[in-house]
Amino acid sequence: MKEIKVLGSGCANCKRTLKLIEDAAKAKGVEVRLEKVEDFKAIAGYGVMSTPGVVIDGKVVHAGGVPEREKIEQWLNAA
Amino acid sequence: MTTINVAKETGVRLNDMSHRAEYLPGGNPTWRWLSVLVPAAVLWAFVYSRLPAFAESVVGLLGLSRDTHLGEALHFFLYDTPKVLLLLGGIVFVIGVIQTFFSPERTRALLSGRRLGAGNVMAAGLGVVTPFCSCSAVPLFIGLLSAGVPLGVTFSFLISAPMVNEVALVLLFGLFGWKVAALYLGLGLLVAVVAGFAIGQLRMERHLEDWVRAILAGETAQAVGGTMSWPERFSAGAHHVWAIVGKVWPYVIVGIALGALIHGYVPEDFMASIMGKDAPWWSVPAAVAIGVPMYTNAAGIIPIVQALLGKGAALGTVLAFMMSVIALSAPEMIILRKVLKPRLIAVFAGVVAAGILLVGYVFNLVL
Repeated sequence: MKEIKVLGSGCANCKRTLKLIEDAAKAKGVEVRLEKVEDFKAIAGYGVMSTPGVVIDGKVVHAGGVPEREKIEQWLNAA
Repeated sequence: MTTINVAKETGVRLNDMSHRAEYLPGGNPTWRWLSVLVPAAVLWAFVYSRLPAFAESVVGLLGLSRDTHLGEALHFFLYDTPKVLLLLGGIVFVIGVIQTFFSPERTRALLSGRRLGAGNVMAAGLGVVTPFCSCSAVPLFIGLLSAGVPLGVTFSFLISAPMVNEVALVLLFGLFGWKVAALYLGLGLLVAVVAGFAIGQLRMERHLEDWVRAILAGETAQAVGGTMSWPERFSAGAHHVWAIVGKVWPYVIVGIALGALIHGYVPEDFMASIMGKDAPWWSVPAAVAIGVPMYTNAAGIIPIVQALLGKGAALGTVLAFMMSVIALSAPEMIILRKVLKPRLIAVFAGVVAAGILLVGYVFNLVL
């Protein structure tokens, strides 16, 4: 199971990112553990300078905007 | 004030859109983009040049004269709304493309290890072109400091990024002409450079929150970056227009409508006694004091400011008001409070407010 974290202080784009990933995972039937990281300390720890950021299994894959739908599907497809 | 920039993109994000251009059928993607952009630019210029005639004829068709209050207010609204929206669309696109050359990660690399002085100038300049959003202010702040960017230089960036933004510049250019826009740009940069330099000289590192200092002592991970092709950059520009114009247009319309009412109905020279050149010395500080707690964006405030100016308010007083509304806001202070101790916040607000006051007085004196 993938562990996906969305980094962001709670702005509209962060919420949208979370929702997009949730929907994509549901549509594809991929099991994920989704977590929202709002703590600035933790966000800074990942080295992300612009939110929302996306971390999959401990690795930063995206930063600074709502990711494209196709991009999210790529992440979910990658084993 | 920075909320309008919430959806700005970064280079990292944009790299993810490389597949986009491939969906356009046929030919080299760069040419495909140009075959759309060039006619669009021509059409844009044509429509823009016809706006005065358009406003005039609509007012005439409604059987109104510009000598009446209603006619004049309507003319103001019908002329300025499409003009500002057109300018906004065009310039935000160009800025969106320019920003693909300046991701936050690149800015950090450029600023890392710079000293006070030259570093402040560079940071203020980068603040104008680097994508910035107030909800990212804290991660950005920590990212810069952890890369060895001095505190004072970081502040120059943090002051210039929200204050000198493209929406403010577009509106100033559209409503007042290029001279005022250039002055705003120059003075905004000056305030950012001087305020950042002053904060640097005060050596206030110990007034950072403790957890921030703990992070700075350690090492942080790095996010990715990379180069982009032109179709990707154009696509980024289009996204930028969608994000920014899609967000600010209601503010623009409400702002211009209010401005139109003031323009048509408030008597000439009404503002002269309170905000004019011969107003008492306290009119500039009063404008700043009113502006700081106000929370709106450039798109909403500038059309109102234009109308006030037309009624005899002095440019320096009005610019000081505008800068304080845009650069200093309560929500931003609350976000920054997470990384700064109260004393440093107070110094930050105080130094920036002082810079704005100075700008207001200088303008009133010179112009």
